[in-house]
Amino acid sequence: MSFEPAISYVPGLSQIPVRGSSINDVHDSVRRVVSGPLPDAKTLDVHIAFENLQKHYSGRKGTVTALRDVSFNVERGEIFGIIGRSGAGKSTLLRAINMLESPSSGRVRVDNIDVGTLDEDALVALRQRIGMIFQHFNLLSAKTVRENVGLPLRVAGVKPKIVQERVDALLELVGLRDKADIYPAKLSGGQKQRVGIARALVHNPEILLCDEATSALDPETTQSILDLLRDINRKLGLTIVLITHDMSVIREICHKVLVLDGGQVVERGEVWEVFGNPQADATRALLRPLLHDLPLDLADRLVADLRGQPGETILKVQFPGNGLPGGVPFAALAALGQGANLLHGGLDRLRGHAQGNLLISVPVQGWNEEQARKTLPAAHIEVLGYVHANT
Amino acid sequence: MSTPILDRYIHALLQTLLMVSVSMAIAIVAGLIIAVVLNATAVDGLYPKPRLNKTLSIVINMFRAIPFIILLVALLPVTRFIVGTTLGTWAAIVPLSANLIPFFARIVQVSLNSVEPGLIEAARAMGCRRWHIVRHVLLPEALPSILGGITVTAIAMIDTSAMAGAVGGGGLGDMAIRYGYERYETQVMFMVIVILIALDSIVQFAGEWLARRTDHKR
Repeated sequence: MSFEPAISYVPGLSQIPVRGSSINDVHDSVRRVVSGPLPDAKTLDVHIAFENLQKHYSGRKGTVTALRDVSFNVERGEIFGIIGRSGAGKSTLLRAINMLESPSSGRVRVDNIDVGTLDEDALVALRQRIGMIFQHFNLLSAKTVRENVGLPLRVAGVKPKIVQERVDALLELVGLRDKADIYPAKLSGGQKQRVGIARALVHNPEILLCDEATSALDPETTQSILDLLRDINRKLGLTIVLITHDMSVIREICHKVLVLDGGQVVERGEVWEVFGNPQADATRALLRPLLHDLPLDLADRLVADLRGQPGETILKVQFPGNGLPGGVPFAALAALGQGANLLHGGLDRLRGHAQGNLLISVPVQGWNEEQARKTLPAAHIEVLGYVHANT
Repeated sequence: MSTPILDRYIHALLQTLLMVSVSMAIAIVAGLIIAVVLNATAVDGLYPKPRLNKTLSIVINMFRAIPFIILLVALLPVTRFIVGTTLGTWAAIVPLSANLIPFFARIVQVSLNSVEPGLIEAARAMGCRRWHIVRHVLLPEALPSILGGITVTAIAMIDTSAMAGAVGGGGLGDMAIRYGYERYETQVMFMVIVILIALDSIVQFAGEWLARRTDHKR
């Protein structure tokens, strides 16, 4: 659905100041100096590495395993989505990055540094490089919007004048300049999350963690927050790791997705791949609301055999996302058979890949399976059944 | 009402105000510190120290179980050590604050515990040290509720201070007992009660007003 320019993949983009944007001007003035030589291209890509992460909780009813042997990498500058049903371990996984929760075993490396070995000072420094936003925003009710956004700088001992500049620039970025001096309780949900985002970005972080950031918001507000996150990812080159139980959030902004089920990674890859050809049951279950399944009226009339009577063949044509950079040609659909009808379905363009599924009916006399497979080699064609001609 | 009587009322009122305000100041400072320690050392607190937490909790319960009139006597050596005498208004301040520190500490502890854990998590995520969390999250977020606790404690303090007469602390309660009860001057008893009701009401309304002023949760 979203088209991502290639530039968001340039490693180290966050180090390049972008001209003409107010946020980046301030960015320069407070920018931390990256010390030491630049790492070589090979190590530069991996921003966050998870190595054999395990987490057990011991409760009254024995030990509960939240994560079992989770290993994967998040690359610099990408938007990485972690999805799973509630209790799948998403939250624990996300919190292992900034050590809000420490794993039972295994390691998380941020820029190749094992975060589990850091003392309090080093951890505070790490957390200043990792912003985080929350489902319920977690803004301080006793502080104004300005004080909320400025707090991370204030506790870090930044001079009030710089805090002021920085807060103004960020409120400008999230479009809340006029709300600076009111209390969060007076804001709408979307505005609260914008304050949360401003607060998370105030230290110029390299990573942004989003904990179900849009789950408490209505669809329209969700859209605007996702737009803002995508914008931040592009402009600032931030690596974003988000967790959600909503596949549409993944489809909307993520580059890569990881599906967690029962504390285990059951599927992982480019979003278009996973959406186009889901393998795990958990993935399919999560994708269900987005799939165009057979409508009930058709399902009721579906038969396995027409017994020689006139009728239509019902086809499910699935596009897994590879091989059709120019989209699905109308001519190819027409060539499925004389009198073919598009009944139901949808296509999404995910990062340049046409992905989705269509239900098509073809009169039985015009149906030629072999011909059809030749016409659309990039699609999986499945005959669901037949319906009798309209009576 | 003749002037000497009026003077007596004013004198007693001032003694009560002195006892209550100094004891309150002590109880607030000590109670806040104890409450923060209790909150922070809890198993899921900022500095988990379960054994210290348990010990402190037991000591507080012990203090709360002792009736004030007994505390008054039991603390006489301490009072003599701190104030230099066991008689008078200042001497009453020691047992009075000792009696209400644990009470106030428990109230504040409840206020601190009810601060949403998400806020503490957010503060940790933004790079707050533990002291920053106490200073910028726990105390400010609990402030309206703490002000409510101060109100309740202050009124309890005014009540308790009536017993301070036992160590010559004076005040309104002492006046009511000595003139109203022991000398059968019902009118004095009645007047003192009216003053105490007025005092309690003023404290209650002021406390509620302050709590509302500082509450930005809605």
